[in-house]
Amino acid sequence: MDVTLHVWRQKNAKAKGAMEVIEGKDISEHSSFLEMLDTVNETLLSKGQEPIAFDHDCREGICGACSLVINGEPHGPEYGTTTCQLHMRSFKNGQHIFIEPWRAKAFPVIRDLVVDREAFDRIQQAGGFVSVNVGSPQDANCLPIAKQDADKAFDAAVCIGCGACVAACKNASPMLFVAAKVSQLALLPQGQPERESRVLAMVDQMKKEGFGNCSNQYECEAACPKEISVEHIARMNREYLRASFLEEAPKAGHGGD
Amino acid sequence: MKLCDRVFGSPVGAKMLMALTGLMLTGFVLAHLSGNLLLYAGQEKFNAYAHGLQSLGLLLWLARGGLLTAFVLHLYLAIKLTIENKAARPVPYAHEATIQASLASRHMVHTGLLMFAFIVYHLAHFTFRVTSPEIEALTPGDAYAVVVLGFSNPVVSGFYILAMAALATHLRHGVSSAFQSFGLYHGNLNVVTDKLGPIVAGIVFVGFSSIPVSVLLGCIK
Repeated sequence: MDVTLHVWRQKNAKAKGAMEVIEGKDISEHSSFLEMLDTVNETLLSKGQEPIAFDHDCREGICGACSLVINGEPHGPEYGTTTCQLHMRSFKNGQHIFIEPWRAKAFPVIRDLVVDREAFDRIQQAGGFVSVNVGSPQDANCLPIAKQDADKAFDAAVCIGCGACVAACKNASPMLFVAAKVSQLALLPQGQPERESRVLAMVDQMKKEGFGNCSNQYECEAACPKEISVEHIARMNREYLRASFLEEAPKAGHGGD
Repeated sequence: MKLCDRVFGSPVGAKMLMALTGLMLTGFVLAHLSGNLLLYAGQEKFNAYAHGLQSLGLLLWLARGGLLTAFVLHLYLAIKLTIENKAARPVPYAHEATIQASLASRHMVHTGLLMFAFIVYHLAHFTFRVTSPEIEALTPGDAYAVVVLGFSNPVVSGFYILAMAALATHLRHGVSSAFQSFGLYHGNLNVVTDKLGPIVAGIVFVGFSSIPVSVLLGCIK
């Protein structure tokens, strides 16, 4: 099949980018979207032109490296898949395909379709962890966790941090990402000691990174390749409210700030 | 003090305050509607109700104060958050697409702006009565006559109905969305809250719009 690509090309972070039309010829409909880009890049290289830069790693939908807004939808038109799991059979022969990077002030473009997602790392570092004492691990069965809590925590823990929620959000808000991280740990006993400081620190960091605000339009949920529900955003809102009232009284053993 | 920062300064606190003030304003709208529907009970009853409201004294001013505070906060947050949201995506998509966001949710700013223009006109029209010499000439206590005279003008009625469509669209997203902002999300609860926005929107639109339509059709005179 043949497709016409409209691709965002930008030499580096400082350069001014623009959409460029690139023809994709003789593409197998069984190839993945990234394999299609590989094929197009081979052609560009053979002509002595710069290949299209894009992020990719595991190519099996679990690492969170691949991105791309395809015809306005993060990770393309298929539901609950990453770009690497998207196949060219989802497109028509001769179709025009727009490929753009995640668009957010907090995700600056590094080159072409590659954006800097370190803002997510900084949010994660602000509180998305549990502190564990060194020494031999305790027996796993010492910490009983109700099945429904474990399931809910896992529903949040499947977040791969790809940033599709930000890309899809009309306000470029990372609420779904932050909520998934807060929710996952708030539901588990291991997350309890830092439960209040975590949500406050992560929301503070989210604000500092220059992301937008959530207006409950749920575009994030629809775009999320891991089908994470906005239920977690509601939980984060509750956690935040709870922590705001409790933060002045730090728990015993926790010095507070 | 810290709590204050959390409420106004954080994205989560701001959306909760937005939801709270929005629900307060919705409560006012519904109370206002129930009063307006007394127009159907006749001139005497409606004017007696209007007079009753005016003679509440301190209570009336407390209600007005609360309403004004909610209104100003809602407006302030809307402006602040919209500016932040626009700044969060400086380069727009060349190919825009919407997956599931409702039309109402994407036009909260537009319906809000239209309502702001409406409120200014509405106060000038019915509260301060300065929009035309005919309205200024009416007896001060005769609220019923003011409504009938105002809505006999099809242009005025048309603008009112348009503004009510904007208000209903705004509430359709806003009322349901407020519960999510408070963190009230649960399978059983969502059955109610998801429908509450559209139901309130329907009641508000049909209720308020029926009055100018009735005046124009001669049912209220």
